[in-house]
Amino acid sequence: MTPDLECADLVKQFGETTAVDNVSFSVPPGSFFSILGPSGCGKTTIMRMIAGFLDPTSGDIRIKGGSVLDTPPNKRPVNMVFQHLALFPMMTIAENIGYGLRRRGMAKPDIARKVDEALDRIGLPGIGTRKVDELSGGQKQRVAIARCMVLEPDVLLLDEPLGALDLKLREHMKVELKALQAAFDTTFVYITHDQSEALVMSDQVAVMNDGRFEQIGTGQDLYYRPDTPFVAGFIGDSNRWKGRIERSEAGTVQLRTDTGLAMRASGADLAEGTAAEIYVRPEAIRIAATAEALSTFDNQLKGTVTSLLFNGAASRVLVQDDVGETLEVTLPQSGEFASLQRGDTVHIGWGATQATCFGAG
Amino acid sequence: MRSQSRIAFYLLLTPLVLWLGLLIIIPHIDMLLISLRERISFGVYETSLTQYEKALTEPLYLRTFARTAVMSVLATAITLLIAFPVAYYIAKMAKGRLQQVLFMLCLIPFYVSELVRTFGWMILLRETGIISNLLQWTGLADQPVELLYTDATMMVGLVYTSMLFMVVPLVTTLESLDDSVVEAGYDLGGNGLSVLREIIIPHAMPGIVSGCIVVFMLSLGNYLTPTMLGGKDSLWFTEMIYNQFIVRSNWELGAAFGFMLLLLSSVIVWGMLRLTGRTLKETMG
Amino acid sequence: MIRTVLMTSTLLAGLATVAQADTLRLLTWGGYAPDDVVAMFEEQTGHTVEVTKSNNEEMIAKLRATGGGGFDLAQPSQDRIMGPQMEFGIYKPIDTSKLNQDLFIPSMLSATMANTTVAGDVYGVPHVWGTSGLVMNTAMAGDTVKDYTDLCDPALAGKVSYRLKRPTLIGFAFALGEDPFAAYGDEAKYKEIMGKVEAKLTECKANVKTYWGGGDELMNLVRSGEVTASMAWDTGGWKLNDDNADITFVAPASGALGWIDTFVLPAKGQADDAAYDWINFVMQPEIAAKITAAAGNFTASAGADEFAEDSLKAKYQASFPQEAIDNIKWYPPVPAGLEAIEGDVLDRVQAAN
Repeated sequence: MTPDLECADLVKQFGETTAVDNVSFSVPPGSFFSILGPSGCGKTTIMRMIAGFLDPTSGDIRIKGGSVLDTPPNKRPVNMVFQHLALFPMMTIAENIGYGLRRRGMAKPDIARKVDEALDRIGLPGIGTRKVDELSGGQKQRVAIARCMVLEPDVLLLDEPLGALDLKLREHMKVELKALQAAFDTTFVYITHDQSEALVMSDQVAVMNDGRFEQIGTGQDLYYRPDTPFVAGFIGDSNRWKGRIERSEAGTVQLRTDTGLAMRASGADLAEGTAAEIYVRPEAIRIAATAEALSTFDNQLKGTVTSLLFNGAASRVLVQDDVGETLEVTLPQSGEFASLQRGDTVHIGWGATQATCFGAG
Repeated sequence: MRSQSRIAFYLLLTPLVLWLGLLIIIPHIDMLLISLRERISFGVYETSLTQYEKALTEPLYLRTFARTAVMSVLATAITLLIAFPVAYYIAKMAKGRLQQVLFMLCLIPFYVSELVRTFGWMILLRETGIISNLLQWTGLADQPVELLYTDATMMVGLVYTSMLFMVVPLVTTLESLDDSVVEAGYDLGGNGLSVLREIIIPHAMPGIVSGCIVVFMLSLGNYLTPTMLGGKDSLWFTEMIYNQFIVRSNWELGAAFGFMLLLLSSVIVWGMLRLTGRTLKETMG
Repeated sequence: MIRTVLMTSTLLAGLATVAQADTLRLLTWGGYAPDDVVAMFEEQTGHTVEVTKSNNEEMIAKLRATGGGGFDLAQPSQDRIMGPQMEFGIYKPIDTSKLNQDLFIPSMLSATMANTTVAGDVYGVPHVWGTSGLVMNTAMAGDTVKDYTDLCDPALAGKVSYRLKRPTLIGFAFALGEDPFAAYGDEAKYKEIMGKVEAKLTECKANVKTYWGGGDELMNLVRSGEVTASMAWDTGGWKLNDDNADITFVAPASGALGWIDTFVLPAKGQADDAAYDWINFVMQPEIAAKITAAAGNFTASAGADEFAEDSLKAKYQASFPQEAIDNIKWYPPVPAGLEAIEGDVLDRVQAAN
């Protein structure tokens, strides 16, 4: 099947700076694709090139198989939901949604009908005559999407549309966006710096850093099987050690950290003696009162609780090991550690498969 | 405490009341009374509407009145047409330093007095002036060209004088237009013209209206530019008011003219607001 | 006790001195109060002089607006005293006994006093006099222009200028063979004369490059050659003559128009003594000669001619042969009502196409 959107070797340079460096990806029809990266990584530049506001320095953008490089933004079968939504404040809601249809020269009764349909779809029937500033943040969000969707674009681009909302609404809108995408059955390309948004909603996520794609995959791929140290560090939290490989066999390595600890981790093709980094997620570390309870784990440490970071389900403890490093460990909320206090001695451990090793060359 | 803050309130209000009362309201009442009297003989006056009757029946005064109004409206329209792209460029396309420099360029002519600026135009445009010489030197004209003393010259002067007062409110309103709103206009299928008509102009409307009001008032009340650049055919209502007051010593008719001008500008401003469906509060607030 | 009295009297004496050293607020024309004359006066009398430059219409408008206040001495032309005084009462009578009448040319003094007498009181004494006529570039327009109406000759199309003010109306009336001054008392006759002038000026309009408003504007137009003939004051022509020998002042065939600028006391003036001091001071022949040098015009000071520059005298004599002097038409006081007739004519001329 032809992908809805395909970018091939896309490059964008601003003077000396390369904002987008040889990026290729394709988005299958009806899927939710996110580009995740820190601010300034070039994701907005990609989005603007797809929308047509910027011309790529080289490379190609194809929508439904055909190149759109020579198509101006107002003719591309792509619409965009802007970061601050960019609803037209001088028009009513109905005029906002009908704007694109009017541009296409559709007859007035047809426009009215389509606008009503769209308002029904987003669950806001009857608000057509209201002004933009009479709507709440979430309602504006939905209107902004409806304004694009009435045009039935092949691809809908969303540029951090949840950034301006408060936390509670943002959580809610994540779910709603996913539902809207399913309802409209349109390809969404979503850019964000918020990994939770990307992981929750997307079928596929591309992690972007410094103009390049580090990894494209499902949320699980990125979380459990990061390809690069950047992805490992960017998605979720990690405890990190630097060290040298001592032994390497069949996907498992043994490493001696700079602080002198021996560790086992998973990581292929790393020769003995090479510098490497190990990433271990706080939630992959088991905490126990005694060393015996951790005997099945490849890596075990003893330490002192230096701090309790209570955050409900995401509570953590900071544990200082014998050599003085501080590790972040997820605190299970099953009750057995309810009495844990600062200064207590605890044992922690994790399996080699939970520790990812990258060459630091 | 309460009475203290009341005293402070009245103290703060006093200058405004004095200013409005002494400099605006009382002189206007006095002018109105003067316009409503008729000279019978030395020092003897009677209340009558003769002055207004004269102003409204003498074709010359009516013609000048209409001409001033039409020319001012035209000057306002031309100023808007020229200032809008300039303001758009300054507000939306120019970035950083260039933006400041361009804005300063609009401001610099106003560092010198209007008289000096008008003399500047005269030096440029007169028969032995710079442009005339340039035209002869390049062979485009074979004899000195007089560019002064026409309605077109006067219009150039009026537009030039008013430019800043149109550019400033336009830049201010256009700067507040989010770039992404314009981009959204294109993204959803609009072309340059429809984005301009449906998004940019409606957004800039407060600036357009307030700019037009200021420019119209300035043109209507301008005295120097029409007199100096318009030459022998310049006939501007302010000049007639000046003539009645100063040259003819006919304050009665001058005052009546003044009130007609006040009425005219009020009517046109009101009409402009009605036409654009705005209130004065929205526009000035 | 004695000390207190002494101190009080010293104080009073001090106050008296302050009262004598007044500030003289002078409303006058450019050149009538040169800086060096003001400095000499201030040094000699202890008074301070504040000079405001203006013209006839504005002087009267200013005094009218304040009911004759704001200034202590003003200098309108002698034909602008009787009418405004009767209408607005903006002047106060002059006590001629406080003036050193020997300093004035007797004939001019008595004529001015006669022209400015209202209800038995004298309101003005003469200061500077001059004429208006034609300034022209003799090399380019000398053969064509002999009189005001010659400005309308098609040969000079686009090369002439005049003011759209009453001197132009009067000048054209004389050139058309009428005597407007004689018709001052006869409103119907005056209207008829003005009707002819209006027709002539309307017909002439196509010939005019522009109506000049101020002396500097006119000087620029003539100096640059854009205008070759214009109605103007004699001094303007003489000044231009210094730059270009072809340009000079010519008394028109129908007669130059003579004006006399006066001294008057505004009704609410507060420094009459200082005003009399100023008049007596500037009418001294040496001082009057300085004012002639600055303003370019001769004064009513007796004997000041001796001190005047020879070059100016020469220009004067060149422009005014004896018959031209005899032919000068001196402005009589303007009766009320005439200016309204003139105003309507000027408005219509300006509006004509």
